[in-house]
Amino acid sequence: MSDGTPSPHDSLFAAVMDPANRTDPYPLYARLRERPVSRQRDGSYVVSTHAAIRALIFDPRLSSEDLPPFKRPATGNPIRDWIVNPIRSRIATAHRPLIFRDPPDHDTLRSAVMREFTIPRVLGLRDRVAREVDALLDACRGRREICLVDDLSYPLPVSVICQLLGVPASDEPRFQAWATQLATALEPDARHDIETRRHTVSAFDAISDYMRDLIREKRRRPADDMLSGLAAPGPDGKKRMSDFDLISTAILLLVAGHETTVNLITNAMLTLLRHPEELERLRADPARAPRLIEEVLRYEPPVHFRTRKALGTIALRGETIPKGAPVILLFAAANRDRDRFEGPDRFDPDRADIEHFGFGGGLHYCVGAPLARIEAEVALVALSRRLVAPRLLRDPPPYRPGASLRGPEQLHIGVDAVA
Amino acid sequence: MKPIGGPGALRVVVDLNRCQGYAQCCYAAPDAFVLRGHEILFYDPTPPAGQRGAIERAVQACPVRAIRLQAGADDGDAP
Amino acid sequence: MSPEPAGIVVVGASLAGLRGAEALRRGGYAGPLTLVGAEPHRPYDRPPLSKHVLAGALEAGATRLPELAALGAVWRLGHAAIALDRVARAIRLADGTTLAYDKLLVTTGAEARPWPAETGGGLSGIHTLRGRDDAASLRSALVAGPRRVLIVGGGLIGCEAASCLRDLGLSVTLVDPNPTPLAKSLGTHVGAVIAACLRESGAAFRPGTSVQTFEGDDAGRVVRARLADGSAIETDLVIAALGATRATGWLAGAGLMADAGGVTCDAACRARAADGTACPDIYVAGDVARWPIRLYGGRLVSVEHWGNAVEQAAHAARNMLAGPDDQRAYEHLPAFWSNQFGINIKLVGLTAGAESVAVVQGSRASRRFLAVYGRAGRSIAALSFDEARWLPAYTEAILSGGAFPPITDATDQPRIETASPGFPPPRAGAPAARRPEVAHV
Repeated sequence: MSDGTPSPHDSLFAAVMDPANRTDPYPLYARLRERPVSRQRDGSYVVSTHAAIRALIFDPRLSSEDLPPFKRPATGNPIRDWIVNPIRSRIATAHRPLIFRDPPDHDTLRSAVMREFTIPRVLGLRDRVAREVDALLDACRGRREICLVDDLSYPLPVSVICQLLGVPASDEPRFQAWATQLATALEPDARHDIETRRHTVSAFDAISDYMRDLIREKRRRPADDMLSGLAAPGPDGKKRMSDFDLISTAILLLVAGHETTVNLITNAMLTLLRHPEELERLRADPARAPRLIEEVLRYEPPVHFRTRKALGTIALRGETIPKGAPVILLFAAANRDRDRFEGPDRFDPDRADIEHFGFGGGLHYCVGAPLARIEAEVALVALSRRLVAPRLLRDPPPYRPGASLRGPEQLHIGVDAVA
Repeated sequence: MKPIGGPGALRVVVDLNRCQGYAQCCYAAPDAFVLRGHEILFYDPTPPAGQRGAIERAVQACPVRAIRLQAGADDGDAP
Repeated sequence: MSPEPAGIVVVGASLAGLRGAEALRRGGYAGPLTLVGAEPHRPYDRPPLSKHVLAGALEAGATRLPELAALGAVWRLGHAAIALDRVARAIRLADGTTLAYDKLLVTTGAEARPWPAETGGGLSGIHTLRGRDDAASLRSALVAGPRRVLIVGGGLIGCEAASCLRDLGLSVTLVDPNPTPLAKSLGTHVGAVIAACLRESGAAFRPGTSVQTFEGDDAGRVVRARLADGSAIETDLVIAALGATRATGWLAGAGLMADAGGVTCDAACRARAADGTACPDIYVAGDVARWPIRLYGGRLVSVEHWGNAVEQAAHAARNMLAGPDDQRAYEHLPAFWSNQFGINIKLVGLTAGAESVAVVQGSRASRRFLAVYGRAGRSIAALSFDEARWLPAYTEAILSGGAFPPITDATDQPRIETASPGFPPPRAGAPAARRPEVAHV
């Protein structure tokens, strides 16, 4: 679309992937919705209406497991390639994290995680989040310009996840770097770039080694954190999950919980700055935060799509998805479906029934959703109260390349002061 | 869980046909919503007025919008 | 000067009545609105009664339903409607007053089938479980510590009560004429799972027999049940869970197609007069309605489902406010849930007439499974035991008349084997033999 000629229907998703369309993919989504299930030239099927996605997210014929294999590029060092890497490769293939697993393995891993993602543990993080947000904004005092991403959205979630997992605060900076690199692995387009892949693999290796040591440490000296709980033996004295699964789960929580939360906070603030009356209403009444966040999750979700594979032939809405075909669940398009939402392109926190797919849906519904809501709520309320006369300095802001985990790379906000 | 939330208690109902057991309400308002077994939701239909903020969070957080909270006062008095 | 408009009268102040009234207001109706209820209570939620209220986790009064719109209604509670005069457009209440209407919404629901008086129904200690007062009274009786509770009827209510009472540590016997509980609604193939739960919980299950008569002591308290197989069960508390009949007695003589199976209505929810014509000013919704269901060949059904009460009432209200040329057909896929023995049971569709059942996810042995019911090569209903996560996909298959079984090549799917659902043959004249979910005409 960047050259101005309209794309044929079967290459609309290629246009979605084109970074030139990152600032506003919604017109492409509107065209995709004309066919609830749209076959693309590469043989994939894009599902984009609310009704079709709701039918498919619960469909046991859609697999998250059977995706293209994760190939490690050779390093040229035979010891690395044949001895060290195969162990790590096992984590990357046979012990993929639960978002890339199907039942029953998925269920075993997920329930082990949920067992540790307890309500008191999650709600107990609210104070920590508040302190962290205050500290980050305190550091901005005296400035007339902030970059929301660098100054708040980015550092906050890593710090919270480290606290949740039980990673020592001194190691947080390393986690920041790993999380940034590994997030690119969740982008389908990034897999094709050999250089990115090489960096991803080395970040993956480094964090795998780190986690293995940390888990060993948690077993030796358990603390009140998630990793200690996951590493502790079950009531039968056996491990709750294999060490490989444990490492991949810990990495998943870091990666999946990081960039998504960055996007949620940044997208929310971007949207509020584009609708200053809503920012003002939030400042006056912090109880509006929950509905505002849900509407952001509909209107500018942190994750736009996920890919599955059809295990069988699926007939849906006049199209037949053949067995083996990749299926792209375009959540962000369903969120703007006018058959489901009145005036879907209008940002309206007061709309009734915001049934969005901002956290996905079905059995892979975001594990961290309750924590993400807390972080977003605390951050937005603080921003609405502490930024004096905030305004966007660049609109649209520059976006990161990812089409699925879509969010601004930077968000420069001019302020009279940071209170 | 309290049986009746006392004067000014809120009134809540959940459409349990819609409920998919996502448990988001349990994080938003843990005193009013509890998941039992694999997917049975038990909730307090009359939580105390002081929980309004938490209940509203639960209403908003439900991925299938199955929770309803009475917004205003009761309709008149029954004769 | 024209007379004051009589407005809309809603007869039946339960879930359907309340949601219908709300839908009228939300649809812009600003005229007079009256709700008539036989019970003195504001509309309350029924599902918790046989679960949390019996268990003591909730008081009966805590089940009052939220009002989801400003109603501005006149409430006539505690006096049942006893007659309808369609010509005069008026109803008569038990307190002798009459109430005129311009349009009428009938949502009188259903009543628990009582134990017949001639075989001991008048004895104290025999309870039914339908309304809020029933639940409160049964709860008090449970708190008093009965030595042995006898539940007659293994339908949803009987099973939920058995589950609750075992949680309370009470001694429970459940008697049902069929080989398993829930046989009429789900068939014995699935019912066998609940039979196992029942026995595992410590309850005594007595299948294949029925209570003939109850005997009392000198004080008129129930002490014993005599069974058809010749045996006797000592008991001091009985729950008669025999299903329900539609509350249509007040419509006798009104010239409507109404009987114990419901009030027949057309696709637009308008009551049918005895000659079959649709009454333009009388609508029916909820348990009491007997309506043609397009998805199942247009046959008449009535369901005692929470979801139908909500949706049908809103639909009837919508049509009440629309012109004669804008009467839309009610499209609804029946669905219900039940919680018992720690299992969340959900059913979508109607199982009646199913020839086969197939477990398509999980297994009966694990008590987590999804089963599909088939008829003539099509999927007609889907049942979940703690596997609700797959239900929407199977619902989609039922709505689109998908093949049976509808979904193959799925993740975590067993080798699909079909079986006979095991519905009991119809029993003529048996008092307990009415399937609770659906009545056919």
